[in-house]
Amino acid sequence: MSEQISVPTVSELLAKGEKPDILFWVGCAGSFDERAQKVTKAFVKILHHVGLKYAILGTEESCTGDPAKRAGNEFLFQMQAMANIATLNAYKISKIVTTCPHCFNTIKNEYPSLGGNYEVIHHTQLLQELIDKGKLTFGEEPFKGRKITYHDSCYLGRANGVYDAPRKILEALDAELVEMKRCRKNGLCCGAGGAQMFKDAEQGNKEINIERTEEAIDTGAEIISANCPFCTTMIKDGVKHAEKEDKVEVLDLAELVAQAKDL
Amino acid sequence: MQYIEQIIFVLTLGVALYFFYKKISKIRSNILLGKDEIINDQKAERWKVMAKVALGQSKMVVRPIAGFFHILIYIGFVLINIEVLEIIIDGVAGTHRSLSFLGSIYNIAIGFFEILAVLVLIACVVFLARRFIIKIPRFHSPEMKGWATQDATYILIIEIILMVALLKMNAVDQLLQSRGADHYLAAGSFPVSQFLTGFFSSYDTSTLIVFERVFWWFHILGILFFMNYVPYSKHLHIFLAFPNTWYSRLKPSGEFGNMPEITNEVNLMLDPSKADPNMPPPEKFGVNDVTDLSWKNILDAYSCTECGRCTSACPANITGKKLSPRKVMMDTRDRAEELGKVKDQNGTDYHDGKSLHDLISQEELLACTTCNACVEACPININPVEIIFGMRQYQTLEKSAMPSEWAMMNNNIENNQAPWQFSPTDRANWSKEI
Repeated sequence: MSEQISVPTVSELLAKGEKPDILFWVGCAGSFDERAQKVTKAFVKILHHVGLKYAILGTEESCTGDPAKRAGNEFLFQMQAMANIATLNAYKISKIVTTCPHCFNTIKNEYPSLGGNYEVIHHTQLLQELIDKGKLTFGEEPFKGRKITYHDSCYLGRANGVYDAPRKILEALDAELVEMKRCRKNGLCCGAGGAQMFKDAEQGNKEINIERTEEAIDTGAEIISANCPFCTTMIKDGVKHAEKEDKVEVLDLAELVAQAKDL
Repeated sequence: MQYIEQIIFVLTLGVALYFFYKKISKIRSNILLGKDEIINDQKAERWKVMAKVALGQSKMVVRPIAGFFHILIYIGFVLINIEVLEIIIDGVAGTHRSLSFLGSIYNIAIGFFEILAVLVLIACVVFLARRFIIKIPRFHSPEMKGWATQDATYILIIEIILMVALLKMNAVDQLLQSRGADHYLAAGSFPVSQFLTGFFSSYDTSTLIVFERVFWWFHILGILFFMNYVPYSKHLHIFLAFPNTWYSRLKPSGEFGNMPEITNEVNLMLDPSKADPNMPPPEKFGVNDVTDLSWKNILDAYSCTECGRCTSACPANITGKKLSPRKVMMDTRDRAEELGKVKDQNGTDYHDGKSLHDLISQEELLACTTCNACVEACPININPVEIIFGMRQYQTLEKSAMPSEWAMMNNNIENNQAPWQFSPTDRANWSKEI
C-alpha cells in the first residue's frame, strides 16, 4: 500500500467544522511502543480502507490512568481520568474505539461515575462489526488452513465478557483456530496486567508470560493472535525465550486483518 | 423413664440451638465490622445468580469430578436433613417415626435417604482420597498446614460417621419392627440397611432397643454437634453460599470502584464548583484493617471453604509467587475473628493496633495481576481481588510503599501523560509514518 494516509485529529476536524463518528483512542503503548505502533498503524489502515469517519486526539490524548489505579494510586488515576473526560466532553465525543483492552475497560467502566459517558468498543468488536456488515471481506483467504491460536486478554475477556468477536474475526479469515486449554473464561493472564508491565515480577519459579507462551506454542499454532499491546509484548518475549521466533509469530488481530487485506 | 428421655432431648436441643445462635450472632457482628455498603439493586438478577450458582452449583461442575461428588454430598445433606425434622418431633413427643402416616411417600423417602447416605459416604471417601492419597496439590499449599487440613478431615469423618449411624439405626429398627417390638411400628423401606441386619440379628429384643436408642441419640447428637461445629469451621459455606451469591458483584469484574473521597479531593483541585465543600477530608485511603473493607468482603471470607480453586487458577501462584487468593480470604477471616474477640474483651471502640497487613505481606499484594481468574474460579463468587486492591491502595497512598519502578511510572504519567518517559508532544509521531 503506497497511498499516504493522513490521520486526522479531532481538533483538525473541528477547525473544518466537522466531528468524527468515532474516536480512535490510541493509548500510550499504541502511541509510543514500537511493537504496538505497528498495530496502531494496521488499525488506522483498516479504518481508512473502510472509509470510517474517525479521528485521534493526537497530543491531547493522555494516559487513561489505568496502571496508576491498578498500582494503588487512585489519586493520580482520577486526575488523569478527569483531565481526559474534560477533553472528551469538550469535543462532544460519543463513541470511542481503542486497540488496548486496558484503555477500553477503564474508559468504559471507570469513567462513567466521574462524568465520562461514551459508547466504548474494543477494536476487535469494531472489526467483527465491519465483517458482519460486509464492509470487510476477504477474498483470497490468505490464512486458509493456517493454525492460529488466540490468547484472551484478561481485560477484554474475563473483565468484560468479550470472547466471541476476536474468534469470529479468525473464522472470517478462514484460519484454523486451535484453542489453548486455558481459554475464554479460564484464560491465563500474560503477566502484564495490574501494572505488572511496569515492574519486575515477585520472586517465583517461573515468569507468567513463559508459562502462557509455552501453552500457546504447545497448540502447534504458527501464529499466536492477541488483542492487547501488553499481551503481545509479553508473549513475544515468551516466544523469544523459547527460541521459536522463526516458527511462531505473535500478531494482533488488527495486523492479521490488515495482512489479509494486503494493507 | 420415657418422659426423662424427652426432657433430656428438649434440653439438649435448646442448649445446641442457643450456642449455635450465639456463635452465628458473633459471626454476624464480625461481618459488620466491615464498612456499610448497600447492595440491593437488580434484585431479580440476584435471585437468579443465587439460584444458578449456589442452589444449582453451576460453577462447582466446571471441575467435573469434584463437582459431581460435591453435588452428592450437597443433595444428601439437604434431603437427609428433612429426616431431622422427624427426629426432632419424635424426640420431643416421645413418638417413633411420627411422619410414617404419610404412607408410601414416607417409605419411598426413607429408602431414598438410605441410598443417598451411601452416596454421601462414597463421596466422603473419594474426597479423603483426593486429599491424602492422590494428594491434589491445591490441598497441600502452605496455608493448608495445621488447622485448615484438620478441619477438612474432621468434617469428612464426621459425615461418614453420621451416615453409618443412620444406616445402623435403620438396620436395628427394621429388626425391631419385624419382631413386632412394642412402640416400633412397621414403617419405611430399607434398601441398604437390610444388608446390615445380620450384625444385630443375634441380639435379643431388649438389647436391640438399647442399640436403637444409642444409634438414634448418636445420630441426633452428631447432627447437633455438627451444627455447632460448622460456624467454627470453613464449612460455614453450606449456609453462607446462599447470601454470598445473592450479594455477588454484578458489575463487570474489570470495573474497580472509584473512591468518592478522592473524587472530591480531585474536584477541589481541578473544578471546585463540582466538589462538596462539606465532605470531611478522608481519614485514611485504602484498606489497612478489616474495618476498612466492605462487610461483603468479610462475608466472602466467612463463606470461603478453602477449596483452593482460586489459588490453582492464579497466574502468580502457578508460577511460584507467594500470593495465594485463598490465603487472602483465610487471613481476612482470621483477622475478623481476632478483632471481634479483642473488641468483645475491651469494648467496641478498642483497637489492638494490629492490621490485615500483619497477615498479608506486600510481596503477596504486589504479585497480583488483577486478572480476576480467582473470582472466575470461585464456586460461590468470592472476590479476593477487591481485598488485594484495597490493601495495595493503602500501601501506595498511605505508606508510599511501592516498587521504585512504580514510583517512576507514576512520575511519568504525571509529567509525560504516559507510563514511559516519552515527550507528550511526540505522542502522535507514529501517524506521520504511515
